[in-house]
Amino acid sequence: MARTLINVPPKAKKGEVIAIKTLISHEMETGYRHDNVGKAIPRDIISLFVCTYNGLEVFRAELFPAIAANPFISFYTVATASGTFEFKWTGDNGFSATESVNITVE
Amino acid sequence: MTPAERCILAIGALAWAIASTLLVALAAEIPLNERKSGYEFMGPETRAMQDDDSANPGSLWVFDGEASWKRKVGTANKSCADCHAGESMKGVAARYPAFNAARGRPVNLDQQINICRTERQQATPLPLEGKELLALSSYVGRQSRGMPIAVTIDERTRPFLEAGRATFYRRQGQLNFACAQCHDDNWKEKLAGAPITQAHPTGYPLYRLEWQNVGSLQRRLRNCISGMRVDNYPLGAPELVDLELFLMWRARSMPLETPAVRP
Repeated sequence: MARTLINVPPKAKKGEVIAIKTLISHEMETGYRHDNVGKAIPRDIISLFVCTYNGLEVFRAELFPAIAANPFISFYTVATASGTFEFKWTGDNGFSATESVNITVE
Repeated sequence: MTPAERCILAIGALAWAIASTLLVALAAEIPLNERKSGYEFMGPETRAMQDDDSANPGSLWVFDGEASWKRKVGTANKSCADCHAGESMKGVAARYPAFNAARGRPVNLDQQINICRTERQQATPLPLEGKELLALSSYVGRQSRGMPIAVTIDERTRPFLEAGRATFYRRQGQLNFACAQCHDDNWKEKLAGAPITQAHPTGYPLYRLEWQNVGSLQRRLRNCISGMRVDNYPLGAPELVDLELFLMWRARSMPLETPAVRP
């Protein structure tokens, strides 16, 4: 599975706005390039990223060929309750990666 | 030859002499206290990306490297960690290229990793510039982050340092360029809108946004060399290792930033 790096504060106060940062290793091959003998290199990108917080979707992003390799996605949400963030990246050629991180809300 | 022709020749020779004197005068080393890492030429966004481990894509290679470090490979069925436990590589990357007695010349960190692989682990060497080797050297390099660059210059390494220095100051290729003309004399200027910089190899292997990948110092050197339209040296060539040694000596005492991010 692709290597990921996720940064969620381990603890937060209820109602606090928290920053979440995610990084995933992926080539993000655009589909517009050709190899050294002129053959088209097929597209291979992550096309969707979804983050759920205790089962509720809090962030979603569609990705396109213009997004650079190893996409870094950062966003904010409100800490409502202790629980789990789940992250899911899906893309071409059946690509799928999931991660989850726990948070304690006081 | 008519007197007029003789006069033109003399003027030409004089102009050439003046021009070469000026060039010699210009090609001066950067004083130690005026040296700047490539980091200082970057914009705030790229600096922030390097400084935050969770935003620095080089971290992905560091973690891959850590996994490779612990994996048993080769007929010896040994992992790197079986010999080098914990964070025992602290400071090592800051000392490379280092002299290898068996080879009678300096080797860079990637070459040393492959020497360990073939001789101690009895495994096949990893391809230069391949993902696994870059991951391993990122992991090793990360342990020296913040430490001063300190290659050893003694009677064994000095000839190679001088060979590297000669390459740096030698005009070569179709454009008749020397590295020093940009990186010693014109580092305050821009080339095609981008800062030229002083060419201190402070953060290798590093994540270059242009590459969308981690690359070694040799990859970067080959970039510049092909830009100079010089018949390029292959990856792992002794000429490139000598140049690496000279550049690391030129950046002596500057802190290592591995894995750095550069535009």
